[in-house]
Amino acid sequence: MGNWDWQVFCKNTIDGEVMPRCFGSGGDITYLQWMLSAWGWTISVSLLALVVAVVVGSLMGILRTTPSKTLILIGNAWTELFRNIPLLVQIFLWYHVIPSLFLPLQKVPSFLLVVLALGFFTSARIAEQVKAGIESLSKGQRYAGLAIGLTLPQTYRFVLLPMAFRIVIPPLTSESMNIIKNSSVAFAVSISELTMFAMQAQEETSRGIEIYLAVSLLYFVSAFAVNRVALFIENRVQVPGMIGGGK
Amino acid sequence: MLETDFGFLTWNVVSGFIIKGFIFSIQLTLAAMIGGIALGTVLALMRLSGKKLLVLVAAFYVNTLRSIPLVMVILWFFLLIPLLIGRPMGAELSAIITFTVFEAAYYSEIMRAGIQSVPKGQVYAGYAVGMTYGQTMQLIVLPQAFRNMLPVLLTQTIILFQDTSLVYAIGAYDLLKGFEVAGKNFNRPVEMYLLAAATYFVICFSLSMLVRRLQKKIQIIR
Amino acid sequence: MTVEEKKPDRSPSEATMIEIKNVSKWYGSFQVLTDCSTVIHKGEVVVVCGPSGSGKSTLIKTVNALEPFQKGDIVVNGVSIGDPKTNLPKMRSHVGMVFQNFELFPHLSVTENLTLAQIKVLGRSADEAKTRGLKMLDRVGLMVHKDKFPGQLSGGQQQRVAIARALSMDPIVMLFDEPTSALDPEMVGEVLDVMVLLAKEGMTMMVVTHEMGFAKRVAHRVIFMDHGFIVEDDSKEAFFANPRSERAQQFLTKILHH
Repeated sequence: MGNWDWQVFCKNTIDGEVMPRCFGSGGDITYLQWMLSAWGWTISVSLLALVVAVVVGSLMGILRTTPSKTLILIGNAWTELFRNIPLLVQIFLWYHVIPSLFLPLQKVPSFLLVVLALGFFTSARIAEQVKAGIESLSKGQRYAGLAIGLTLPQTYRFVLLPMAFRIVIPPLTSESMNIIKNSSVAFAVSISELTMFAMQAQEETSRGIEIYLAVSLLYFVSAFAVNRVALFIENRVQVPGMIGGGK
Repeated sequence: MLETDFGFLTWNVVSGFIIKGFIFSIQLTLAAMIGGIALGTVLALMRLSGKKLLVLVAAFYVNTLRSIPLVMVILWFFLLIPLLIGRPMGAELSAIITFTVFEAAYYSEIMRAGIQSVPKGQVYAGYAVGMTYGQTMQLIVLPQAFRNMLPVLLTQTIILFQDTSLVYAIGAYDLLKGFEVAGKNFNRPVEMYLLAAATYFVICFSLSMLVRRLQKKIQIIR
Repeated sequence: MTVEEKKPDRSPSEATMIEIKNVSKWYGSFQVLTDCSTVIHKGEVVVVCGPSGSGKSTLIKTVNALEPFQKGDIVVNGVSIGDPKTNLPKMRSHVGMVFQNFELFPHLSVTENLTLAQIKVLGRSADEAKTRGLKMLDRVGLMVHKDKFPGQLSGGQQQRVAIARALSMDPIVMLFDEPTSALDPEMVGEVLDVMVLLAKEGMTMMVVTHEMGFAKRVAHRVIFMDHGFIVEDDSKEAFFANPRSERAQQFLTKILHH
């Protein structure tokens, strides 16, 4: 296994010819181009799923901290349901089961189904973080908001959520990094993302090590980028004297 | 809206297709849990040893595995092990090795937090009565770390059990595969996927309820 | 328990500000308040004391409905708390409250802490709210810290800002829930000074505290609670000179000799 063959990425995906400038002409593409487009799919699935997860997860997390028993029950049921079924099984449910039970969903592209699956799966984890973030604030903060005459929604909007949001950024960062890793499971329903590319290109070229190394590196780079962006946001919203903030 | 029909589901179907996969999923989970916690504890001790080389090796191991998707790790091992040993290896055995090595990275972070949760005074107390480093760790620190982290270790194991379904990538015959094969054979994939989801849910939900109860008990004892 | 006729020693009127009527409260099957009744008049300063777990903090939180109760009623300035039709946020906006742990909003600057509710609840303009808030901040002597965040202030300073925050809302009554018990001893004085000033201006105050010096200086009346009961409800003079119950005697001996 000592001899590398990095030229594999410059090969045409149809006839295996090495292309001169590593990019195909006309309709042909090289493995490098295929991999970059797969990276694009990985990023797109991840980002869209993250939006779904943050919106739904925050909502469910907030519901679980309200005084209403019904709302708490809804939030709890949601979290338990999406947390206790493996992601791969959830993706199969969205892809094979739900469209055959609800026929209108058959027209929805599988890309979107995977976004929903990954988004809802992650929303359960984010709901946990948001709930924990709100509960980590002292009960006195809720009292203080109500005591100056704010309504419960106003107390959430102006007092509890701004602080909970800051507390939740670090765990949210690691969930965002997880979402990129978890998007790899989309290979199972033939979304042409990085892992799917790795499996197919490995089979076609038999240069598994080079392919896997490149793909692993791209996952690493993506996660690193998310980490930097999150750090930037964290610094921007830092409040002097508050938990984790400087004096 | 289509009708579902579970009429085909007899004990023969369950025992013929599903039990086999279920047993493998359990084996894989238990093996990776025991091996992963053992290896993870060693890695955690290395990272806390203060010896530069050990710290670097352990940190590299943990950080590398944690930044790559599990599916990719499964593919990597399935590709590399045969190259290293010079002969092909079955998907099931490859999965057991992969999961043990992979989960060790996650268990080691839990054990590291657990060891750090034991007050420094405990180590001094161990040394003060004449124990060696090994004895202090084995007899005093690790038992406490383990007890403090038991709920987290078990929660990680529930996640591990869910993750075993990813051996789908190399075609190993696990619980999910059992449902899938049965679904294909009887042309009832919808029912079988639903049943798969329900099975995983019941198992994971009951286990996490047990963990929660255990957590409360530990809090009371402390 | 009979509520005696009170002869206040300084200016409180006969008009009722807060009436607590036979309030009982349970946490599950555990009763934390039993049949508590008292009346606080306009301009009156009432100190509530008692051992920890006596229900005093719970009682003061029921007055602005932060804690619900299952039996009885509380009427604040003619508004019934128990009535489900009552607009609680509106009622609370007239009732200032100061908490044991200050509860300033750590993500907002001092000025923003003072103006948030004025703008969102009272509908004041930002300028108006700022003028009013800073005036109150000046009153507690912290004008120089107006742009800082709560985490950058000492405990005593935070509590004074919290008092200014409550005063910015032009409250008709002020509730203090152990305002000095989370403070280092050297900071207790600065907070009590502000409270004494308020009392002397004729603010109606209900104060849960162990600071008997404060009670002696400005209180009109002292309520002593134990195990969820109002055990004593008497003029300051009568309470300190001759507490009727054995529990109150024990409590006073302990607290005054410490």
